[in-house]
Amino acid sequence: MKDIAIVAFSQSDCLAQAGAANEVELIMPQLHAVFQQVGLNNAQDVDFVCSGSCDYMQGAAFAFVAGVDALGAVPPIKESHVEMDAAWALYESILKIRMGHADSALIYGFGRASSGELPTVLSQQLDPYYLAPLWVDTISLAALQARMMLDQELLTERDMAEVVARCRRSAMNNPHARLSGEVSIESLLAEPGLVSPLRKSDCAPVADGAAAMIICTVEQAHEWSVPYALLSGIDHRIETHNLGMRDLTNSVSTRLAAQTAGVALGPVEVAELYAPFSHQEIILSRALDLKNDTKINPSGGVMAGNLMMASGLSRIGEVFKRIVAGEITRGVAHATSGPCLQHNLVAVLESA
Amino acid sequence: MSEQAEDITGIETPVYLQYHFTAGSAPARFLSRIREGVLTGQRCPRCSNVYIPPRGSCPACGVPTEEEVVLPDKATVQSFTVVAIPIPNNPIKPPFVIANLVLDGANISFIHLMSECENSAVHIGQRVQAVWKPEEEWTYAMDNIRYFKPIDEPDVPVDQIGKLPITGLEG
Repeated sequence: MKDIAIVAFSQSDCLAQAGAANEVELIMPQLHAVFQQVGLNNAQDVDFVCSGSCDYMQGAAFAFVAGVDALGAVPPIKESHVEMDAAWALYESILKIRMGHADSALIYGFGRASSGELPTVLSQQLDPYYLAPLWVDTISLAALQARMMLDQELLTERDMAEVVARCRRSAMNNPHARLSGEVSIESLLAEPGLVSPLRKSDCAPVADGAAAMIICTVEQAHEWSVPYALLSGIDHRIETHNLGMRDLTNSVSTRLAAQTAGVALGPVEVAELYAPFSHQEIILSRALDLKNDTKINPSGGVMAGNLMMASGLSRIGEVFKRIVAGEITRGVAHATSGPCLQHNLVAVLESA
Repeated sequence: MSEQAEDITGIETPVYLQYHFTAGSAPARFLSRIREGVLTGQRCPRCSNVYIPPRGSCPACGVPTEEEVVLPDKATVQSFTVVAIPIPNNPIKPPFVIANLVLDGANISFIHLMSECENSAVHIGQRVQAVWKPEEEWTYAMDNIRYFKPIDEPDVPVDQIGKLPITGLEG
């Protein structure tokens, strides 16, 4: 099987509202940034392109097709799309390369969550007969999950506030962060409830923006003579859509994905976890069996800004950046999709 | 079982979601200019193609189009169809003509109506010009132009359609 190299990554600022910019205008700066990192012209210079986005966020059928205008698709290119976070577009691209159908791929994810009411929009991804007609929003579902954790004494509200305070502090070094700074546990705990037991600070601030990445075979990376990180393992697992059938306090799908991706086969210096709610970072750290010496979300994670449909790809990009900068030699990245961590992807990155 | 359960063949679960739609910076610029009766396209810095209405990028090259180009309201028919059936909620009574039109100086077509013409005489390469609504009715919309009507100019050869300069046939 061909080894996969990550050679470029770029992410936009996390904006509360991206102004007048449409999808193309959001995507283009990130594409040009990754092309420049490798010395490419446009999408003609890679073998495959795959994007991740969600048409429900724009409220227009086939809205993702407009994104193709950012690529330079004349003459025609090989292009695909997932109606998911772009971490899964990365997964599709890896399959494409491993099957020998491509040596390189461009991946991008984008979203304008500010166009609609995100928690309500996302309720429409629930099962269409029982849950979607009830309009149960994502924050309420996450609150149910947090309540179960608290009632079973699997964590405390202080533990959740500690996650928020650490992420905000780490985000001070993240130039793209929407939210960062020193904040005391006491002041977080003094905040009023939003959807009990969640406070506003427990919910990652949603943001508009885009992210892009280029991956290729190791041979191609050498040919381009660019620094790269090896993607040594990746897997994703999904749990049933029936929330009552799941143990919401334990992310079984993350555990399985971590096992097959080979998380435990070496030290985990850094873990970038896609935890849209503070208590979920704790569930994920346990599912990944992270030890005390692992730095969790040194970028601030999505608590710094949650770029819908790009945050998962960005977690992988953050670990990639630290490896090529020589800061670490091995790290883990995670992406999630669906209510209460329903679907999880785990990737292991190593220095070349 | 005492009672036979009724077959359920469907349930109604209406979806209402509200959005603040954004056309984009480039389309917004186009719309604010057409509010003033001016047709504004954008030129690709790489291949020089002019797009109207602009999306903010050259889809062929994948680069931003920032240079604005004011275009005349004369165009050429690239293709057309005569609509003979009534379309629900469309106030226009058939038969009517919709056409792909390329403005002089532009390299991409847009769809608009044709009128003040013999439907059976509409043809590819035909020269047309915009018939605007009265200025006081102008808004941020393409239908500030009511329709395009034929003008007395020679046809454009098929291989020249979409390649005319801003000055039109003479230029």
